[in-house]
Amino acid sequence: MWRYLLADLHLHTVLSPCAEVEMIPPLIIRRARELGLEIIAVTDHNAAHNVAAVVEAAAGAGITVLPGMEAQSREEVHLVCLFDTVEQALAWQERIFAALPDRENDEDFFGAQFVVDATGDYLYTEKRLLSVATALSMEEVVAGVRALGGIVLPAHVDRPSFSLIANLGFVPPGLPIAGLELSRCAEPAEVAQRLPQTAGYGQVVSGDAHRLEEMTARTMFKVQAPTVAELALALAGQDGRRVEIT
Amino acid sequence: MTVEEMMNRLGLQVFAAGEMERDVTAGYASDLLSCVMAKAQAGYVWVTLQAHPNVIAVASLLDLAAVIVSEGVKPDLDTIARAQENEVTLLGSAQTTFTVVGRLSAAGVTGG
Repeated sequence: MWRYLLADLHLHTVLSPCAEVEMIPPLIIRRARELGLEIIAVTDHNAAHNVAAVVEAAAGAGITVLPGMEAQSREEVHLVCLFDTVEQALAWQERIFAALPDRENDEDFFGAQFVVDATGDYLYTEKRLLSVATALSMEEVVAGVRALGGIVLPAHVDRPSFSLIANLGFVPPGLPIAGLELSRCAEPAEVAQRLPQTAGYGQVVSGDAHRLEEMTARTMFKVQAPTVAELALALAGQDGRRVEIT
Repeated sequence: MTVEEMMNRLGLQVFAAGEMERDVTAGYASDLLSCVMAKAQAGYVWVTLQAHPNVIAVASLLDLAAVIVSEGVKPDLDTIARAQENEVTLLGSAQTTFTVVGRLSAAGVTGG
């Protein structure tokens, strides 16, 4: 059966130092329902501690939460990594943590990194510095995520910072990404004209929300099920699946 | 100054040698390849920390005289192989981008 699902595949929780304190599981789910979103992805900077809490908070809400991460490669490219299960995301987090520099977060400068439960209650503070490049190349991130069964979408490629297109000029031919992410307010036609090297890739518009009002519902998937494999097919326009940006 | 003279003067490591007798017309430094694509021109030397294979594509596309990878960053084997294939001169320095650019400037290389 075909399903038409609104998705926002990039949002931050209070684990991301730059996110507002309102980015806790129950409020994220409430906002997702208000927007009619049926798929959201939890993608904190270089960490996945809070994915299970958001999955739990979504129980019974009719919203699929994809556990994920916004990983930062050594080229300072932000890569949205998406999985189907919490276990996959946590396995990926281990790989990322091993590739992070051994530095402590400076809360005064970057902000705090809170791990919370499904109700949003504080559990503990992540001390590692998360807002930083890992030692992994972009290719290593893509290969590592795919090996765990996930997919990768280079983040906000239309923006000037931490973007694959800004940092590396163009998508390396043959890089097995699922598609490209455009930022919240992007107009696909304008991006296509300004950055012709983005042509030929399936695209989504994601909120990259650091506050609730930044969540967005501009991307609609036509898929059989809310899984990363189905999203990848839709981004590739295969087997009747497709993706539309409004 | 030719690429070879620049290499000797700054004590640069050679990862891939293209046309070493070529004249270095000016220089540009950035780690954002999109900026390099917009600003650098044929004959320039480009100083960067990036060692991704895309660096070679940009250098080749723009017909740069050479690329200097700074801070002792070792290019991926793929990057070196592509430089050799495309006859792009890929050099390395243990010094920071700031110091490399300063020494190039002292040697008379301008920003174009």
